[in-house]
Amino acid sequence: MKKIKHHLTDALLVGYAAGNLPEAFNLVVATHISMCDTCRAALAEFDAVGGEVMLDADPVDMAEDALAAAMARIMDAPCMERVSAKPAGGVFPAPLRGYVNGDLDRVKWRKIGGGVSQMVLKTEGGASVRLLRIPAGTAVPDHGHRGTELTLVLQGAFVDATDRFAAGDIEVANEDLNHTPVAEQGVDCICLAATDAPLQFKGLLPRLAQRFIGI
Amino acid sequence: MLIEMHAPPKADAVTAMPVYKRTGKAGIGATGANRVMAEATTKRMAWVTQVAAVRDARDKAAFAELFAYFAPRVKSFLMKSGASPDLAEECAQEVMVTLWNKAHLFDPSKASVSTWIFTIARNRRIDLLRKQKRPEPEDLPWGPEAEPEQADAMGLQQETEQLGQALAALPAEQRKLIERAYFGELSHSEIAAETGLPLGTIKSRIRLALERLRHTMK
Repeated sequence: MKKIKHHLTDALLVGYAAGNLPEAFNLVVATHISMCDTCRAALAEFDAVGGEVMLDADPVDMAEDALAAAMARIMDAPCMERVSAKPAGGVFPAPLRGYVNGDLDRVKWRKIGGGVSQMVLKTEGGASVRLLRIPAGTAVPDHGHRGTELTLVLQGAFVDATDRFAAGDIEVANEDLNHTPVAEQGVDCICLAATDAPLQFKGLLPRLAQRFIGI
Repeated sequence: MLIEMHAPPKADAVTAMPVYKRTGKAGIGATGANRVMAEATTKRMAWVTQVAAVRDARDKAAFAELFAYFAPRVKSFLMKSGASPDLAEECAQEVMVTLWNKAHLFDPSKASVSTWIFTIARNRRIDLLRKQKRPEPEDLPWGPEAEPEQADAMGLQQETEQLGQALAALPAEQRKLIERAYFGELSHSEIAAETGLPLGTIKSRIRLALERLRHTMK
């Protein structure tokens, strides 16, 4: 397991455990946890909190025939198989593969300017999520945020004013952060990025472009 | 009076009391607290045994016992999360049916039965009330792994009980906020901004209570 330095925040872990995040955020969280045992363990703990909250809820009587109805619905189906682990050599963890019908080679990239490409993934619930491909050595236009932006690195690395982010690292940015992520030399940087508000680019040109590319 | 307060309860008092409600540690002496702890852990291990019986023997009596205890709590959880009584009833039945169908996926060295059932109920709530997909993390690679050690399972059950007691002992307003978060009343930005939500406190209690989990999962 690679050394991961940047982890999920407690607020995201609680939000995921409680089931309160939009689908786009859930996808980024689930993908990060697939790569990060530290956050996997932390999530198990926050799930346990949920279990105890449920246990202490005042019980509400079930209908008279509830058990019989449940028994009638039980099928003696054979055991269900677990989701298979990532095939050897793959880049995308299982939850992400479900959204692109495969691994990195199945992504349908669209150029959005400055050498950067994206694929918007279809999700419900008010936030959006996209895959970004930033060619090695290239900068993403300087942008700020109105809401929260999550950026998970899947391949390569980027550097911004705050730190270096390599595969498995997640950056959680809010409105206080204006940054210009630059992909490191070497391989292209592939990221999974979600936001619950439109990004705001600083220059006029990117802002015009924004209307067309739908960021 | 004092003697009565410290006298052990009648042997059948606990088994005769189907509704067990945690009250924190106030008012219970050290030995009393240990006894409550031991009884609660025994109860959790009984749930583990019942799930194993459902898995291995398709044991309907064991299922009925789990149903009697958990279905009313799942229903309550769903109603507090905004489901109508009818929908909560329907959904609580489905959650218990899922327990039957997925009993082979339960690992008592990684979760208490209460934690596992909560995750099933939560996912059902997201499906039904929010009509969204919920991507789940990839499973850890697993091979022909042996049955988890009884001691690991027992340790985890005990620690989850400690966590529950630590939560019950929190000041009422803090507990209320945690409940609101888990009943789905707080969005991510509200959780992040909510200064009253004792994330630091619950985290340190979780850490103390669930140290074993952290080690077994890494």
